[in-house]
Amino acid sequence: MSDNSKLPPRFRAPSALTWVVAVGFAAFFIQGMIASNISIERLVRGANNLVRFVGQAVPPDFTRMPNIADAMLETMNIAIVGVTFGCLFSVPLAILAARNTAPNMVVRTIARFVISVARTIPDLIWALIFVVTVGLGPLAGILAIIMDTIGFAARFYSERFEEVQKGPSEALTATGAGRLSVIFGAILPESFASMTATSLFSVEKAIRSAVTLGLVGAGGIGVELSTAMRLFRYDQAAAIILVILLVVIAFEQLSTSIRKRII
Amino acid sequence: MTPAIQAEQLRVSYGKLHVLRGISFIIPAGQGVVLLGANGCGKSTLMRSLNGLEKLQSGTIRIHGAALSGASRRELRQIRLGMGYVFQHFNLVPQLNAFQNVLFGSLGRHRFGLLSCLGLTASAADREMAMHCLDRVGMADRAQHRPSELSGGQQQRVAIARMLMQNPTVVIADEPIASLDPKAGREVLDLLWRIVREEKLSMLCTLHQLELAQEYGDRILGMKAGHVEIDAPVAETDTLQLNALYSGMTRVDAQPTEAAA
Repeated sequence: MSDNSKLPPRFRAPSALTWVVAVGFAAFFIQGMIASNISIERLVRGANNLVRFVGQAVPPDFTRMPNIADAMLETMNIAIVGVTFGCLFSVPLAILAARNTAPNMVVRTIARFVISVARTIPDLIWALIFVVTVGLGPLAGILAIIMDTIGFAARFYSERFEEVQKGPSEALTATGAGRLSVIFGAILPESFASMTATSLFSVEKAIRSAVTLGLVGAGGIGVELSTAMRLFRYDQAAAIILVILLVVIAFEQLSTSIRKRII
Repeated sequence: MTPAIQAEQLRVSYGKLHVLRGISFIIPAGQGVVLLGANGCGKSTLMRSLNGLEKLQSGTIRIHGAALSGASRRELRQIRLGMGYVFQHFNLVPQLNAFQNVLFGSLGRHRFGLLSCLGLTASAADREMAMHCLDRVGMADRAQHRPSELSGGQQQRVAIARMLMQNPTVVIADEPIASLDPKAGREVLDLLWRIVREEKLSMLCTLHQLELAQEYGDRILGMKAGHVEIDAPVAETDTLQLNALYSGMTRVDAQPTEAAA
């Protein structure tokens, strides 16, 4: 017990910033609880309604199956076409946005800004915007998925480009190769596996988005679902939800198995 | 005859750290020079600046008379085209097979770069030449293998084939055998110097083994703490003198106190 002064203290007082953050968070949380008017009575009533919904939804009504199948096909079309273009546009954008491939800081900043705009605006809002600009239907959905995919894929592609080993691109630069040759000869091949994985994630994401896009009129199965819900045909809605569940799970399984093979 | 490499008063620094402190030397065409020096003495920076991978602060480099500093992007590519570079870590593209990696050696030659260098699009002559290069380094039977399926020595051979494909007049080899075991290292070094002699290339090669330097080189450049300490034909150097390169203040980032200790 010679020198206790060097022992670390048991407790260190939190900094002023920690206090501000903690108090601010607590205040916001409590205000939120009060504002959203949460009460046991409402939750109980909600549970009752849920039971009624489930009661009306079972058994699901599959009589409109041909229409549902059509709408589901349209949803998959939206997702696949949108995600394909989205990934294709993402590659050049990612090249412009990555530190080691961008031609200069100005272009890089602009590209990063475009990507972050595409990412921060949610897919449903993109769909609303495109419904206004190109009208109701699958085209609006496709455009929304393209924007959503760019926000996701271009960001991860460019992060991957920045992570690749410097050596091979330096070696190609040293042979007198031009910038583009170095990017497509060394950086892209090195990123290929990761880009494929990202693209598959984009497909999964796009299928899930495409389902909901119909809710705002951008085509696909969401249109069917919102109609069924509005007409209180919960049995039909249940059939639609089951079909969605099946397709989304099938797609996720497929993409997981492809990804396992690549990586 | 214009020398292959002519360096005058090269200076490079990163912030306060002066890495190259006025380096001058001349390598006549067809000469094989070994560059010696302890870790951190500025060797790699020197090698990289010869290829324009590192920017000079002042000084001039001329490769066969063409000035590197102040060269436009196009002129720089032209200079690089004539200059093969062999790296310590081979720097092959790991996802592509040996054949494709060798084909990349011709990237600088073609106007459309990559578009004329892919296995799919390369001309018959280029494909034949790439195979010939692989044959010369004894790797023809591994053309379809990816770098990960090859040993270190084999990867360095492929990298040498890529350098050959480039058809250079000057070769920079930055510790080409430092990540290989002694046997593989010797084989690769044998191959590299044989090719350099056969093609009458000029080479600047860094090594860490004094006996190899004396065995292969025509001339030895010795660097210490950002300066050239030795510049003499191999016959005029002795081991004692070379060993001195590795003692005392060798590093460019060394503190005076370290030297005293």
